[in-house]
Amino acid sequence: MRRAIVWVPLASFALLFALVGWGLMRPADRTVRSELIGQELPELNLPAMVPGKPGVSAAALKGRPYLLNIFASWCVPCVAEAPQLVRLRAMGVPVVGVAVRDTSDAVRAFLARHGDGYSAIGSDTASRVQLAIGSSGVPETFVVDAGGRIALQHVGDVRADDVDALAAAVRGGR
Amino acid sequence: MRLLALALSVSVAASGDAPLRDPAREAQARALMETLRCLVCQGQSIADSDADMAVDMRALVRARVGAGERPDAVRDWLIARYGTYVTYDPPLSALTAPLWAAPLLLIAAGLWVVRGSFRRRG
Repeated sequence: MRRAIVWVPLASFALLFALVGWGLMRPADRTVRSELIGQELPELNLPAMVPGKPGVSAAALKGRPYLLNIFASWCVPCVAEAPQLVRLRAMGVPVVGVAVRDTSDAVRAFLARHGDGYSAIGSDTASRVQLAIGSSGVPETFVVDAGGRIALQHVGDVRADDVDALAAAVRGGR
Repeated sequence: MRLLALALSVSVAASGDAPLRDPAREAQARALMETLRCLVCQGQSIADSDADMAVDMRALVRARVGAGERPDAVRDWLIARYGTYVTYDPPLSALTAPLWAAPLLLIAAGLWVVRGSFRRRG
């Protein structure tokens, strides 16, 4: 009995060592996800960002599912994402944009250069909407169902192989 | 020099970093900022970060505290959106309970060991 106890400190050290080693080897997932998934989209009202496109009003959008895309003209992954949003629009999926900390001229130039998949774009100069829906970066895409609930959050740019899944999620949100 | 100071004060006001007029509320807001995590710089509080998003989070804290909201209510509002990850002062839950219980358990174990060795000597 006493002899066994002698090994306890070494064993606990080995256990701790293994735990720390495991923690170091495992790639950490630092994605901060919104806690609002499955809940109602908070009331948003954003003024129009560019002429010829309406701003964003959550109440007015109720009744049919859509994608809510948080983006910015200064965001590099958003450049890669833009053509995928154009594809989604061509598939009949409404994409509503929220331009974060941006200016009208910069967004217009961005759309002209990289493609425009948006049916509406609201201007969120103080990240107000971003904070209200639990988004922690750009780009992020939310699927909002017909009842105005957030069904899904996609963190990072929408890639070519995400398009079908997102379109299906929007169709499933009727 | 004065022009520079003016330019600085204008940019501070525009970025939402202008202090609240009521010093008591400003102190409350600042204390809260120290305990909120910057979401894009993760190792820093929003009080310490220069990231645009941290500036906007400070503006949000000031706007809400300035409007008379309790700092705890502002923290809860953010927790409802980002989870307890957003606060450096996590509430007691099943997940955080070991943090509070571990020191007590270690002290209890230490006392037990001490009691055992005194007894042997006596």
